[in-house]
Amino acid sequence: MCGIVGLFLKKQELRPTLGDMLTDMLITMTDRGPDSAGIAIYGEDTGRTKITVQSDTPETDFAGLDTALADAIGAEVEIRPISTHAVLSLPVEKEAEAVAVLEARGLRIMSVGASMEIFKEVGLPEDVAARFRIREMGGSHGIGHTRMATESAVTTLGAHPFSTASDQCLVHNGSLSNHNAMRRKLARKGIVTKTENDTEVGAAYISSRIAEGASLGEALEGTLKDLDGFFTFVTGTRNGFGVVRDPIACKPAVMAETDDYVAFASEYRAFVNLPGIDTARVWEPEPATVYFWER
Amino acid sequence: MTVLDMAHTTLREVNTTLQHASKGHSNEAFTIVNPRGSHAMAVGLDGPITVTIKGSTGYYCAGMNKAATVHVEGSAGPGVAENMMSGEVIVEGNASQYAGATGHGGLLNIKGNASSRCGISMKGIDIVVHGNIGHMSAFMAQKGNLVVLGDAGDALGDSLYEARIFVRGTVKSLGADCIEKEMRPEHLALLADLLSRTGADARPEDFKRYGSARKLYNFNIDHAGEY
Repeated sequence: MCGIVGLFLKKQELRPTLGDMLTDMLITMTDRGPDSAGIAIYGEDTGRTKITVQSDTPETDFAGLDTALADAIGAEVEIRPISTHAVLSLPVEKEAEAVAVLEARGLRIMSVGASMEIFKEVGLPEDVAARFRIREMGGSHGIGHTRMATESAVTTLGAHPFSTASDQCLVHNGSLSNHNAMRRKLARKGIVTKTENDTEVGAAYISSRIAEGASLGEALEGTLKDLDGFFTFVTGTRNGFGVVRDPIACKPAVMAETDDYVAFASEYRAFVNLPGIDTARVWEPEPATVYFWER
Repeated sequence: MTVLDMAHTTLREVNTTLQHASKGHSNEAFTIVNPRGSHAMAVGLDGPITVTIKGSTGYYCAGMNKAATVHVEGSAGPGVAENMMSGEVIVEGNASQYAGATGHGGLLNIKGNASSRCGISMKGIDIVVHGNIGHMSAFMAQKGNLVVLGDAGDALGDSLYEARIFVRGTVKSLGADCIEKEMRPEHLALLADLLSRTGADARPEDFKRYGSARKLYNFNIDHAGEY
Protein backbone atom coordinates (compact mmCIF):
# COMPACT_ATOMS: atom_id res chain seq x y z
CA MET A 1 0.00 0.00 0.00
CA CYS A 2 1.15 3.53 -0.76
CA GLY A 3 -0.57 6.88 -1.12
CA ILE A 4 -0.44 9.12 -4.15
CA VAL A 5 -1.60 12.71 -4.52
CA GLY A 6 -1.40 15.05 -7.48
CA LEU A 7 -2.62 18.53 -8.28
CA PHE A 8 -2.63 20.32 -11.62
CA LEU A 9 -3.75 23.94 -11.38
CA LYS A 10 -5.74 25.53 -14.18
CA LYS A 11 -6.20 28.84 -12.34
CA GLN A 12 -3.12 31.05 -12.19
CA GLU A 13 -4.14 32.68 -8.89
CA LEU A 14 -3.98 29.35 -7.05
CA ARG A 15 -0.28 28.82 -7.85
CA PRO A 16 1.11 30.33 -4.63
CA THR A 17 -1.02 27.85 -2.64
CA LEU A 18 0.05 24.69 -4.49
CA GLY A 19 2.46 23.51 -1.78
CA ASP A 20 -0.05 24.18 0.96
CA MET A 21 -2.79 22.18 -0.76
CA LEU A 22 -0.43 19.32 -1.64
CA THR A 23 0.86 19.15 1.93
CA ASP A 24 -2.65 18.65 3.31
CA MET A 25 -3.28 15.96 0.73
CA LEU A 26 0.02 14.24 1.50
CA ILE A 27 -0.50 14.20 5.26
CA THR A 28 -3.99 12.73 4.83
CA MET A 29 -2.38 9.79 3.03
CA THR A 30 -0.03 9.02 5.96
CA ASP A 31 -1.72 5.77 6.95
CA ARG A 32 -1.27 4.46 3.40
CA GLY A 33 2.48 5.13 3.58
CA PRO A 34 4.22 6.14 6.80
CA ASP A 35 7.75 5.00 5.79
CA SER A 36 8.82 7.91 3.67
CA ALA A 37 7.36 10.70 1.60
CA GLY A 38 8.28 12.84 -1.33
CA ILE A 39 7.04 15.53 -3.60
CA ALA A 40 7.83 16.77 -7.11
CA ILE A 41 6.89 20.38 -7.53
CA TYR A 42 6.86 22.24 -10.84
CA GLY A 43 7.62 25.88 -10.13
CA GLU A 44 8.62 28.85 -12.23
CA ASP A 45 10.61 28.11 -15.36
CA THR A 46 13.59 30.47 -14.94
CA GLY A 47 15.32 29.60 -18.21
CA ARG A 48 18.07 27.89 -16.22
CA THR A 49 18.55 24.28 -15.17
CA LYS A 50 17.72 23.32 -11.61
CA ILE A 51 19.54 20.36 -10.08
CA THR A 52 18.20 19.14 -6.74
CA VAL A 53 20.76 17.18 -4.73
CA GLN A 54 20.58 15.33 -1.43
CA SER A 55 23.19 14.67 1.23
CA ASP A 56 23.12 12.91 4.59
CA THR A 57 25.66 15.49 5.82
CA PRO A 58 24.30 18.71 4.32
CA GLU A 59 26.23 21.06 6.67
CA THR A 60 29.58 19.94 5.28
CA ASP A 61 28.52 18.98 1.75
CA PHE A 62 26.56 22.14 0.94
CA ALA A 63 29.02 24.64 2.46
CA GLY A 64 30.73 26.35 -0.43
CA LEU A 65 29.15 23.96 -2.94
CA ASP A 66 27.95 26.82 -5.18
CA THR A 67 31.41 28.35 -5.57
CA ALA A 68 33.06 24.94 -6.01
CA LEU A 69 30.57 24.01 -8.73
CA ALA A 70 30.84 27.45 -10.36
CA ASP A 71 34.62 27.07 -10.53
CA ALA A 72 34.34 23.54 -11.93
CA ILE A 73 31.91 24.40 -14.73
CA GLY A 74 32.96 28.00 -15.30
CA ALA A 75 29.50 29.50 -14.86
CA GLU A 76 27.44 31.28 -12.26
CA VAL A 77 25.69 28.94 -9.81
CA GLU A 78 23.04 29.77 -7.24
CA ILE A 79 22.29 27.49 -4.32
CA ARG A 80 19.15 27.15 -2.19
CA PRO A 81 19.73 24.62 0.61
CA ILE A 82 16.61 23.18 2.28
CA SER A 83 17.34 20.62 5.00
CA THR A 84 19.06 17.60 3.40
CA HIS A 85 18.41 18.91 -0.10
CA ALA A 86 19.80 21.80 -2.09
CA VAL A 87 18.56 23.25 -5.36
CA LEU A 88 21.37 24.45 -7.63
CA SER A 89 20.55 26.76 -10.49
CA LEU A 90 22.93 27.01 -13.46
CA PRO A 91 22.97 27.63 -17.23
CA VAL A 92 21.17 24.97 -19.26
CA GLU A 93 24.19 24.11 -21.39
CA LYS A 94 26.23 23.25 -18.27
CA GLU A 95 23.77 20.60 -17.05
CA ALA A 96 25.68 17.40 -17.94
CA GLU A 97 28.96 18.82 -16.71
CA ALA A 98 27.41 19.91 -13.41
CA VAL A 99 25.72 16.54 -12.80
CA ALA A 100 29.08 14.80 -13.26
CA VAL A 101 30.78 17.16 -10.81
CA LEU A 102 28.03 16.75 -8.21
CA GLU A 103 28.01 12.96 -8.49
CA ALA A 104 31.80 12.90 -8.16
CA ARG A 105 31.39 14.81 -4.89
CA GLY A 106 29.15 11.99 -3.63
CA LEU A 107 25.89 13.93 -3.77
CA ARG A 108 22.66 12.15 -4.73
CA ILE A 109 20.84 13.70 -7.66
CA MET A 110 17.12 13.92 -6.87
CA SER A 111 16.04 15.74 -10.00
CA VAL A 112 17.15 17.80 -12.95
CA GLY A 113 14.92 20.14 -14.88
CA ALA A 114 13.86 23.60 -15.91
CA SER A 115 10.95 23.70 -13.47
CA MET A 116 10.85 20.46 -11.44
CA GLU A 117 12.31 20.05 -7.95
CA ILE A 118 12.05 16.78 -6.01
CA PHE A 119 12.23 16.57 -2.22
CA LYS A 120 12.01 13.17 -0.57
CA GLU A 121 13.12 11.59 2.68
CA VAL A 122 12.46 8.77 5.08
CA GLY A 123 9.94 9.69 7.79
CA LEU A 124 6.31 10.52 8.35
CA PRO A 125 4.79 12.67 5.56
CA GLU A 126 4.06 15.45 8.06
CA ASP A 127 7.72 15.57 9.13
CA VAL A 128 9.02 15.36 5.58
CA ALA A 129 6.70 18.19 4.45
CA ALA A 130 7.75 20.34 7.40
CA ARG A 131 11.48 19.71 6.92
CA PHE A 132 11.32 20.91 3.30
CA ARG A 133 8.78 23.69 4.03
CA ILE A 134 6.60 22.37 1.21
CA ARG A 135 3.63 24.47 2.37
CA GLU A 136 5.53 27.60 1.30
CA MET A 137 6.19 26.36 -2.23
CA GLY A 138 4.22 27.62 -5.20
CA GLY A 139 3.95 26.14 -8.65
CA SER A 140 1.76 25.03 -11.53
CA HIS A 141 1.49 21.35 -10.64
CA GLY A 142 2.92 18.80 -8.28
CA ILE A 143 2.87 15.12 -7.36
CA GLY A 144 3.37 13.57 -3.94
CA HIS A 145 3.79 10.09 -2.55
CA THR A 146 3.63 8.40 0.83
CA ARG A 147 5.44 5.09 0.86
CA MET A 148 4.83 1.73 2.49
CA ALA A 149 7.78 -0.15 1.06
CA THR A 150 7.43 -3.54 -0.58
CA GLU A 151 10.04 -3.91 -3.29
CA SER A 152 13.14 -2.27 -1.86
CA ALA A 153 14.58 -0.83 1.34
CA VAL A 154 13.26 2.23 3.17
CA THR A 155 15.89 4.75 2.12
CA THR A 156 15.94 8.24 0.66
CA LEU A 157 16.66 6.87 -2.80
CA GLY A 158 13.89 4.27 -2.45
CA ALA A 159 11.30 7.01 -1.79
CA HIS A 160 9.16 8.41 -4.59
CA PRO A 161 8.95 10.42 -6.86
CA PHE A 162 11.55 8.91 -9.15
CA SER A 163 13.04 11.03 -11.87
CA THR A 164 14.88 9.46 -14.77
CA ALA A 165 14.87 12.37 -17.19
CA SER A 166 14.77 16.13 -17.14
CA ASP A 167 11.48 17.44 -15.69
CA GLN A 168 9.95 13.94 -15.69
CA CYS A 169 8.93 12.02 -12.60
CA LEU A 170 6.86 9.04 -11.59
CA VAL A 171 5.05 7.92 -8.46
CA HIS A 172 3.57 4.45 -8.10
CA ASN A 173 1.18 2.49 -5.93
CA GLY A 174 1.61 -1.22 -6.49
CA SER A 175 4.45 -3.54 -7.34
CA LEU A 176 5.98 -4.56 -10.67
CA SER A 177 6.81 -8.22 -11.18
CA ASN A 178 8.97 -7.95 -14.30
CA HIS A 179 11.19 -5.08 -13.15
CA ASN A 180 14.40 -7.11 -13.12
CA ALA A 181 13.93 -8.26 -16.71
CA MET A 182 12.97 -4.73 -17.76
CA ARG A 183 15.97 -3.28 -15.89
CA ARG A 184 18.29 -5.54 -17.91
CA LYS A 185 16.49 -4.66 -21.14
CA LEU A 186 16.90 -0.94 -20.42
CA ALA A 187 20.55 -1.44 -19.41
CA ARG A 188 21.25 -2.94 -22.83
CA LYS A 189 19.99 0.33 -24.31
CA GLY A 190 22.38 2.18 -22.02
CA ILE A 191 19.78 3.32 -19.50
CA VAL A 192 21.15 2.66 -16.04
CA THR A 193 18.94 2.75 -12.94
CA LYS A 194 20.40 3.79 -9.60
CA THR A 195 18.42 1.59 -7.19
CA GLU A 196 16.89 -1.88 -6.78
CA ASN A 197 13.46 -0.28 -6.79
CA ASP A 198 10.72 -1.43 -9.19
CA THR A 199 9.22 2.02 -9.66
CA GLU A 200 12.49 3.47 -10.85
CA VAL A 201 12.37 0.90 -13.66
CA GLY A 202 8.86 2.07 -14.52
CA ALA A 203 10.10 5.67 -14.61
CA ALA A 204 13.12 4.72 -16.73
CA TYR A 205 10.86 2.80 -19.12
CA ILE A 206 8.61 5.84 -19.62
CA SER A 207 11.61 8.18 -20.04
CA SER A 208 13.22 5.84 -22.56
CA ARG A 209 10.03 5.69 -24.62
CA ILE A 210 9.74 9.49 -24.60
CA ALA A 211 13.43 9.79 -25.54
CA GLU A 212 12.74 7.48 -28.49
CA GLY A 213 10.07 9.86 -29.73
CA ALA A 214 6.89 8.60 -28.06
CA SER A 215 4.39 11.10 -26.67
CA LEU A 216 3.56 10.96 -22.96
CA GLY A 217 0.29 9.23 -23.89
CA GLU A 218 2.08 6.60 -26.00
CA ALA A 219 4.68 5.98 -23.29
CA LEU A 220 1.95 5.45 -20.69
CA GLU A 221 0.06 3.22 -23.12
CA GLY A 222 3.28 1.18 -23.41
CA THR A 223 3.33 0.46 -19.66
CA LEU A 224 0.16 -1.60 -20.11
CA LYS A 225 1.90 -3.85 -22.61
CA ASP A 226 5.47 -3.96 -21.30
CA LEU A 227 5.15 -3.77 -17.51
CA ASP A 228 3.68 -6.64 -15.53
CA GLY A 229 2.25 -6.29 -12.05
CA PHE A 230 0.02 -3.94 -10.12
CA PHE A 231 0.24 -0.27 -10.72
CA THR A 232 -1.47 3.02 -10.43
CA PHE A 233 1.05 5.41 -11.97
CA VAL A 234 1.02 9.19 -11.90
CA THR A 235 3.69 10.78 -14.01
CA GLY A 236 4.67 14.43 -14.11
CA THR A 237 6.16 16.38 -17.00
CA ARG A 238 7.03 20.01 -17.50
CA ASN A 239 3.59 20.66 -18.99
CA GLY A 240 1.32 18.47 -16.95
CA PHE A 241 0.61 15.05 -15.59
CA GLY A 242 -0.67 11.66 -16.69
CA VAL A 243 -2.43 8.77 -14.96
CA VAL A 244 -2.65 5.10 -15.85
CA ARG A 245 -3.84 2.01 -13.94
CA ASP A 246 -3.12 -1.61 -14.76
CA PRO A 247 -6.02 -3.62 -16.27
CA ILE A 248 -6.91 -5.34 -12.97
CA ALA A 249 -6.97 -1.96 -11.17
CA CYS A 250 -6.81 -3.22 -7.58
CA LYS A 251 -4.91 -0.15 -6.47
CA PRO A 252 -7.33 2.66 -5.75
CA ALA A 253 -7.48 5.94 -7.61
CA VAL A 254 -9.88 8.83 -7.57
CA MET A 255 -9.87 12.10 -9.49
CA ALA A 256 -11.61 15.42 -9.03
CA GLU A 257 -11.92 18.24 -11.52
CA THR A 258 -13.24 21.79 -11.24
CA ASP A 259 -12.68 24.87 -13.40
CA ASP A 260 -9.67 25.63 -11.19
CA TYR A 261 -7.79 22.31 -10.94
CA VAL A 262 -7.49 18.59 -11.64
CA ALA A 263 -6.66 16.53 -8.57
CA PHE A 264 -5.59 12.94 -8.14
CA ALA A 265 -5.49 10.85 -4.95
CA SER A 266 -5.48 7.27 -3.75
CA GLU A 267 -8.52 8.10 -1.64
CA TYR A 268 -11.22 10.75 -1.63
CA ARG A 269 -10.16 11.79 1.90
CA ALA A 270 -7.18 13.59 0.41
CA PHE A 271 -9.49 15.99 -1.44
CA VAL A 272 -11.62 17.26 1.42
CA ASN A 273 -9.75 20.53 1.97
CA LEU A 274 -9.59 21.48 -1.71
CA PRO A 275 -11.62 24.56 -2.67
CA GLY A 276 -14.97 23.75 -4.28
CA ILE A 277 -14.59 19.98 -3.79
CA ASP A 278 -18.28 19.62 -2.89
CA THR A 279 -19.29 20.61 -6.40
CA ALA A 280 -16.30 19.06 -8.23
CA ARG A 281 -16.69 16.27 -10.75
CA VAL A 282 -15.35 13.22 -8.91
CA TRP A 283 -14.66 9.94 -10.70
CA GLU A 284 -12.42 6.91 -10.82
CA PRO A 285 -9.98 6.58 -13.70
CA GLU A 286 -10.86 3.48 -15.72
CA PRO A 287 -8.47 0.51 -15.76
CA ALA A 288 -6.01 0.27 -18.67
CA THR A 289 -6.92 3.79 -19.78
CA VAL A 290 -4.45 6.63 -20.14
CA TYR A 291 -5.40 10.08 -18.91
CA PHE A 292 -3.31 13.20 -19.14
CA TRP A 293 -3.67 16.90 -18.62
CA GLU A 294 -1.26 19.29 -20.25
CA ARG A 295 -1.13 23.01 -20.68
CA MET B 1 -33.26 13.59 14.50
CA THR B 2 -29.72 13.62 15.88
CA VAL B 3 -26.91 15.38 14.02
CA LEU B 4 -23.39 14.01 14.38
CA ASP B 5 -20.71 16.40 13.14
CA MET B 6 -17.48 14.63 12.23
CA ALA B 7 -15.62 17.92 12.34
CA HIS B 8 -15.93 17.59 16.14
CA THR B 9 -16.78 13.92 16.75
CA THR B 10 -14.43 10.99 16.17
CA LEU B 11 -15.37 8.11 13.90
CA ARG B 12 -15.37 5.77 16.87
CA GLU B 13 -17.83 7.95 18.79
CA VAL B 14 -20.08 8.20 15.73
CA ASN B 15 -20.12 4.44 15.19
CA THR B 16 -20.62 3.71 18.89
CA THR B 17 -23.61 6.08 18.99
CA LEU B 18 -25.14 4.52 15.87
CA GLN B 19 -24.50 0.93 16.95
CA HIS B 20 -25.93 1.59 20.40
CA ALA B 21 -29.08 3.17 18.94
CA SER B 22 -29.50 0.39 16.40
CA LYS B 23 -29.40 -2.29 19.12
CA GLY B 24 -32.16 -0.46 20.98
CA HIS B 25 -34.40 -0.76 17.87
CA SER B 26 -35.41 2.81 18.44
CA ASN B 27 -36.18 3.69 14.80
CA GLU B 28 -34.12 6.81 15.35
CA ALA B 29 -32.85 9.01 12.55
CA PHE B 30 -29.30 10.34 12.44
CA THR B 31 -27.58 12.77 10.12
CA ILE B 32 -23.81 12.79 9.79
CA VAL B 33 -22.26 16.01 8.54
CA ASN B 34 -18.63 16.57 7.47
CA PRO B 35 -17.91 12.89 6.75
CA ARG B 36 -14.68 13.98 4.99
CA GLY B 37 -14.33 10.66 3.18
CA SER B 38 -13.81 8.75 6.44
CA HIS B 39 -13.45 4.98 6.38
CA ALA B 40 -15.79 2.47 8.01
CA MET B 41 -18.66 4.86 8.66
CA ALA B 42 -21.96 3.48 9.95
CA VAL B 43 -20.69 -0.10 10.03
CA GLY B 44 -22.18 -3.02 11.92
CA LEU B 45 -25.59 -1.46 12.48
CA ASP B 46 -27.94 -4.05 13.91
CA GLY B 47 -31.41 -2.53 13.87
CA PRO B 48 -33.86 -0.34 11.96
CA ILE B 49 -32.35 3.12 12.36
CA THR B 50 -31.92 5.61 9.52
CA VAL B 51 -28.57 7.27 8.86
CA THR B 52 -28.08 10.06 6.31
CA ILE B 53 -24.50 10.94 5.45
CA LYS B 54 -24.11 14.44 4.02
CA GLY B 55 -21.10 13.93 1.77
CA SER B 56 -18.71 11.28 0.47
CA THR B 57 -17.37 8.32 2.39
CA GLY B 58 -14.17 6.24 2.32
CA TYR B 59 -13.70 2.49 2.50
CA TYR B 60 -16.34 0.06 3.80
CA CYS B 61 -19.22 2.41 4.54
CA ALA B 62 -22.28 0.59 5.93
CA GLY B 63 -20.46 -2.74 6.06
CA MET B 64 -22.23 -5.66 7.72
CA ASN B 65 -25.46 -3.67 7.78
CA LYS B 66 -28.53 -5.32 9.27
CA ALA B 67 -32.00 -3.72 9.08
CA ALA B 68 -30.70 -0.13 9.03
CA THR B 69 -31.11 2.34 6.19
CA VAL B 70 -27.93 4.21 5.29
CA HIS B 71 -28.19 7.01 2.77
CA VAL B 72 -24.91 8.40 1.39
CA GLU B 73 -25.59 11.74 -0.24
CA GLY B 74 -22.17 11.81 -1.94
CA SER B 75 -20.02 9.04 -3.41
CA ALA B 76 -18.81 5.95 -1.59
CA GLY B 77 -15.31 4.48 -1.51
CA PRO B 78 -14.34 0.82 -1.93
CA GLY B 79 -16.46 -1.89 -0.32
CA VAL B 80 -19.67 0.02 0.39
CA ALA B 81 -22.29 -2.25 2.03
CA GLU B 82 -19.84 -5.13 2.10
CA ASN B 83 -21.36 -8.24 3.64
CA MET B 84 -24.74 -6.55 4.18
CA MET B 85 -27.33 -8.86 5.78
CA SER B 86 -30.51 -6.80 5.36
CA GLY B 87 -31.74 -3.22 5.28
CA GLU B 88 -31.00 -0.69 2.58
CA VAL B 89 -27.99 1.33 1.51
CA ILE B 90 -28.47 4.17 -0.97
CA VAL B 91 -25.57 5.97 -2.67
CA GLU B 92 -26.52 9.15 -4.51
CA GLY B 93 -23.16 9.43 -6.31
CA ASN B 94 -20.75 6.78 -7.57
CA ALA B 95 -19.50 3.73 -5.72
CA SER B 96 -15.91 2.51 -5.91
CA GLN B 97 -14.78 -1.07 -6.36
CA TYR B 98 -16.41 -4.18 -4.81
CA ALA B 99 -19.67 -2.48 -3.82
CA GLY B 100 -21.99 -4.94 -2.07
CA ALA B 101 -19.32 -7.67 -2.00
CA THR B 102 -20.41 -10.89 -0.27
CA GLY B 103 -23.77 -9.32 0.68
CA HIS B 104 -26.27 -11.82 2.07
CA GLY B 105 -29.43 -9.72 1.85
CA GLY B 106 -30.95 -6.25 1.74
CA LEU B 107 -30.91 -3.71 -1.05
CA LEU B 108 -27.98 -1.63 -2.33
CA ASN B 109 -29.18 1.23 -4.53
CA ILE B 110 -26.39 3.07 -6.37
CA LYS B 111 -27.64 6.11 -8.29
CA GLY B 112 -24.38 6.72 -10.17
CA ASN B 113 -21.80 4.27 -11.50
CA ALA B 114 -20.16 1.41 -9.66
CA SER B 115 -16.60 0.48 -10.55
CA SER B 116 -14.92 -2.92 -10.79
CA ARG B 117 -15.97 -6.07 -8.92
CA CYS B 118 -19.45 -4.82 -8.04
CA GLY B 119 -21.34 -7.62 -6.25
CA ILE B 120 -18.33 -9.94 -6.13
CA SER B 121 -19.29 -13.16 -4.34
CA MET B 122 -22.76 -11.78 -3.54
CA LYS B 123 -24.85 -14.26 -1.56
CA GLY B 124 -28.41 -12.95 -1.66
CA ILE B 125 -28.19 -9.14 -1.75
CA ASP B 126 -30.07 -7.15 -4.39
CA ILE B 127 -27.95 -4.48 -6.08
CA VAL B 128 -29.37 -1.87 -8.44
CA VAL B 129 -26.90 0.39 -10.25
CA HIS B 130 -28.46 3.27 -12.18
CA GLY B 131 -25.26 3.89 -14.18
CA ASN B 132 -22.52 1.54 -15.39
CA ILE B 133 -20.50 -1.15 -13.63
CA GLY B 134 -16.81 -2.00 -14.07
CA HIS B 135 -14.97 -5.19 -14.90
CA MET B 136 -15.22 -8.52 -13.04
CA SER B 137 -18.59 -7.62 -11.55
CA ALA B 138 -20.60 -10.44 -9.93
CA PHE B 139 -17.49 -12.66 -9.98
CA MET B 140 -18.44 -15.96 -8.25
CA ALA B 141 -21.82 -14.45 -7.33
CA GLN B 142 -23.90 -17.07 -5.57
CA LYS B 143 -27.35 -15.65 -4.96
CA GLY B 144 -29.33 -12.42 -5.31
CA ASN B 145 -29.88 -9.98 -8.15
CA LEU B 146 -27.60 -7.45 -9.81
CA VAL B 147 -29.51 -4.92 -11.93
CA VAL B 148 -27.59 -2.47 -14.14
CA LEU B 149 -29.35 0.29 -16.04
CA GLY B 150 -26.20 1.26 -17.94
CA ASP B 151 -23.36 -0.84 -19.34
CA ALA B 152 -21.23 -3.61 -17.83
CA GLY B 153 -17.46 -3.94 -18.17
CA ASP B 154 -15.32 -6.96 -19.02
CA ALA B 155 -15.80 -10.47 -17.65
CA LEU B 156 -19.29 -9.97 -16.24
CA GLY B 157 -20.42 -12.85 -14.02
CA ASP B 158 -17.23 -14.88 -14.28
CA SER B 159 -17.56 -18.25 -12.53
CA LEU B 160 -21.13 -17.37 -11.60
CA TYR B 161 -23.29 -19.56 -9.39
CA GLU B 162 -27.01 -18.83 -8.99
CA ALA B 163 -27.13 -15.02 -8.82
CA ARG B 164 -29.15 -13.32 -11.58
CA ILE B 165 -27.76 -10.41 -13.55
CA PHE B 166 -29.91 -7.96 -15.52
CA VAL B 167 -28.26 -5.41 -17.79
CA ARG B 168 -30.07 -2.81 -19.90
CA GLY B 169 -27.03 -1.49 -21.79
CA THR B 170 -24.13 -3.27 -23.40
CA VAL B 171 -21.89 -5.90 -21.84
CA LYS B 172 -18.25 -5.53 -22.84
CA SER B 173 -17.63 -9.23 -22.33
CA LEU B 174 -19.05 -12.14 -20.36
CA GLY B 175 -16.84 -14.06 -17.95
CA ALA B 176 -16.29 -17.83 -17.98
CA ASP B 177 -19.54 -19.79 -17.67
CA CYS B 178 -21.79 -16.69 -17.80
CA ILE B 179 -24.40 -16.71 -20.57
CA GLU B 180 -27.40 -14.72 -21.67
CA LYS B 181 -30.62 -16.37 -20.60
CA GLU B 182 -34.27 -16.15 -21.48
CA MET B 183 -36.30 -13.49 -19.65
CA ARG B 184 -39.36 -15.24 -18.26
CA PRO B 185 -42.44 -13.57 -16.68
CA GLU B 186 -41.15 -14.18 -13.14
CA HIS B 187 -37.93 -12.34 -14.03
CA LEU B 188 -39.86 -9.39 -15.44
CA ALA B 189 -41.94 -9.24 -12.25
CA LEU B 190 -38.82 -9.39 -10.06
CA LEU B 191 -37.16 -6.69 -12.10
CA ALA B 192 -40.28 -4.46 -12.04
CA ASP B 193 -40.32 -4.70 -8.25
CA LEU B 194 -36.60 -3.84 -7.87
CA LEU B 195 -36.85 -0.94 -10.34
CA SER B 196 -39.84 0.55 -8.58
CA ARG B 197 -38.27 0.13 -5.11
CA THR B 198 -35.14 1.98 -6.24
CA GLY B 199 -36.93 4.72 -8.16
CA ALA B 200 -35.33 3.65 -11.42
CA ASP B 201 -36.81 5.04 -14.59
CA ALA B 202 -36.54 1.93 -16.77
CA ARG B 203 -38.76 -0.73 -18.29
CA PRO B 204 -38.11 -4.40 -17.38
CA GLU B 205 -38.55 -5.40 -21.04
CA ASP B 206 -35.45 -3.42 -22.01
CA PHE B 207 -33.11 -5.60 -19.94
CA LYS B 208 -31.30 -8.81 -20.78
CA ARG B 209 -30.79 -11.53 -18.22
CA TYR B 210 -27.48 -13.28 -17.65
CA GLY B 211 -26.82 -16.32 -15.52
CA SER B 212 -24.65 -19.35 -15.04
CA ALA B 213 -24.32 -21.99 -17.74
CA ARG B 214 -23.53 -24.31 -14.79
CA LYS B 215 -20.74 -26.00 -16.68
CA LEU B 216 -18.08 -25.25 -14.06
CA TYR B 217 -20.02 -26.75 -11.16
CA ASN B 218 -18.37 -30.15 -11.55
CA PHE B 219 -14.80 -30.48 -12.66
CA ASN B 220 -14.43 -31.56 -16.24
CA ILE B 221 -10.94 -31.88 -17.63
CA ASP B 222 -12.08 -30.28 -20.90
CA HIS B 223 -12.86 -27.09 -18.96
CA ALA B 224 -9.52 -26.89 -17.13
CA GLY B 225 -8.63 -23.76 -19.09
CA GLU B 226 -11.76 -21.97 -17.87
CA TYR B 227 -10.83 -22.01 -14.18
